[in-house]
Amino acid sequence: MTARLFDKVWDRHVVATPADGPALLYIDLHLIHEVTSPQAFEGLELAGRKVRRPDLTVATMDHDTPTIAIDKPIADPLAATQVDRLRRNCAAHGITLHALGSREQGIVHVIGPQLGLTQPGMTVVCGDSHTSTHGAFGALAFGIGTTQVEHVLATQTLRQVKPAAMAVTVQGELPAACTAKDLVLAIIRTLGVGGGAGSVIEYRGAAISALSMEGRMTVCNMSIEGGARAGLIAPDDTTFGYLEGRAHSPKGAMWERALDDWRTLATDEGAAFDSEVFVDAAAVRPAVTWGTNPAQSVSIDDTVPDPAVLGTPAERQAAQRALTYMGLTPGTPIRDIFVDTVFIGSCTNGRLEDLRAAAEVVRGRKVHQGVRALVVPGSARVRAEAEAEGLDRHFTEAGFEWRYAGCSMCLAMNGDTVGPGQRCASTSNRNFEGRQGPGGRTHLVSPAVAAATAVAGHFSTPGEL
Amino acid sequence: MQKLSKITGTAVAVPRSDIDTDQIIPAAWLKRVERTGFADALFEAWRKDPGFPLNQPGADQARVLVAGPNFGCGSSREHAVWALQDFGFQAVVAPGFADIFRGNAISAGLVPAQVTAAAADQLADALAADPAAQVVVDVAERTVSIASARIAVPFELADFAQWRLLEGLDDIGLTLRHEQEISSFETQRAPWLPVVMPTAAN
Repeated sequence: MTARLFDKVWDRHVVATPADGPALLYIDLHLIHEVTSPQAFEGLELAGRKVRRPDLTVATMDHDTPTIAIDKPIADPLAATQVDRLRRNCAAHGITLHALGSREQGIVHVIGPQLGLTQPGMTVVCGDSHTSTHGAFGALAFGIGTTQVEHVLATQTLRQVKPAAMAVTVQGELPAACTAKDLVLAIIRTLGVGGGAGSVIEYRGAAISALSMEGRMTVCNMSIEGGARAGLIAPDDTTFGYLEGRAHSPKGAMWERALDDWRTLATDEGAAFDSEVFVDAAAVRPAVTWGTNPAQSVSIDDTVPDPAVLGTPAERQAAQRALTYMGLTPGTPIRDIFVDTVFIGSCTNGRLEDLRAAAEVVRGRKVHQGVRALVVPGSARVRAEAEAEGLDRHFTEAGFEWRYAGCSMCLAMNGDTVGPGQRCASTSNRNFEGRQGPGGRTHLVSPAVAAATAVAGHFSTPGEL
Repeated sequence: MQKLSKITGTAVAVPRSDIDTDQIIPAAWLKRVERTGFADALFEAWRKDPGFPLNQPGADQARVLVAGPNFGCGSSREHAVWALQDFGFQAVVAPGFADIFRGNAISAGLVPAQVTAAAADQLADALAADPAAQVVVDVAERTVSIASARIAVPFELADFAQWRLLEGLDDIGLTLRHEQEISSFETQRAPWLPVVMPTAAN
């Protein structure tokens, strides 16, 4: 019988198939952070329960932590309380915490892979929708709510209805000027913002295999923006090369055993998917979102679309609403849109490869007058590695602010916000209304386009500078 | 968790598609460590518009929200469900929910009643004509009805979810019935899987 990668990972985690409902799935790694865990710990303690597997639970602080003056007490009393609560909960339950200021602190989806905690064939959950990032390693990884966080803390399992399996096959080769971010925005444009609902996506094809692990993480990260439960990519030599030698990767003979197992984690020849979408990599262009959901994007060569030409009445109405919020007029060339802010960072594009790409563009150039530009590394380690390569100097000499690691302006909980009516070119993952601050206007782009836009003051590619 | 068999009350329609959880509750509210107190957070930005449906007289008494497709997309924040409940909603009727939101709603005891797009339009139209109409969301029968407008439509809800809502069951309690299976599974996990040495618990 043929099986898909998703089936193989799913099947090896089924603890029980109770008659009364969905399968009980074992969770190999539970990542937690300060924002979605306090009520879960409270529920656990009220019920007199313990954390079943603190050794499979890892905590970090990322969502509302400051990215400046991190050696000082957190000024926001609510954030300070939340961070203290995480510290207390981790201490009380024996959970390893990568606290603000420590060497391995960072965005939860950046540190898991970096530490070698995310490995092929695992199940990974976190109270954060971008947990899909870890699927880049051939893991089944998805976001959960706080009640489910409590469930995993107590039982190390989750009850899950098995989603459908969708294949997104990306044939051909990405143009040189395009990145994984442009590709995933093209995929979401094809799927629609809810197109993946009820499904786990397997990304496959030549253009996916050609991506680095960082690029694969960018693609899997945004699976949720197409509505999918998770996204995954079969592990290969690129995956194994990334994992070898990491802190929690298997060592010696155990590495060989793991490799033998991991090589079996691929969809069998001839296995059918519940649905399949094809994307031509060669047709991908640097993407810029114009609206208020991640499916509303066009190529940088295009103009702001006219809602009148869109398909359904609901789509026209949504597009019209989006354009009003974004303060855009149909027909305006994307390159003629000026920005106030540029944000480079997030679990989508805050890894070393992303910072290298952006630094290469800004090196020897200056941020356009009046533009506020920030680089927020995805983790303390990414920050240190970037500094070792001198990337921070390229950024600061160009006029960027060089910050400490965290989610920062991606969701604007920590005081890093886009002001009302201000326009931001952002390497993050969501352009929802108010996402980066009340009234803020977000355009999602790749790190290269963000960097070029910071220099030009309006949307631009590096080649045009 | 409260048992929910039949929800009866007025309803509010926000017939927009792809309502994301950042609209339902902005991230600034997520700094709280409590599970309640989010009523003012609900649709905070949209409520600045006096014409927004939640600002209409009687909306604060509503028990049912009728919305467009792909309701609750985006972030996994369960706070979105808590905000809806704190405002007074016990059910959301929509032609489709984002997966994580649906799971969170069922966990927290908010009924995610999935109807067809045509049914959602019909309900929204009836509410536009008569904002005071009584709506019944019958979890046992899986129907949404507005008797005064002679509308009665079925909704989709998985059997297990329906049972949990009807009985007000706690998932952890159900899962712990499988304690032996979990323990036996744990003895057979691959030896290379990562474990992180726990720190000493206080």
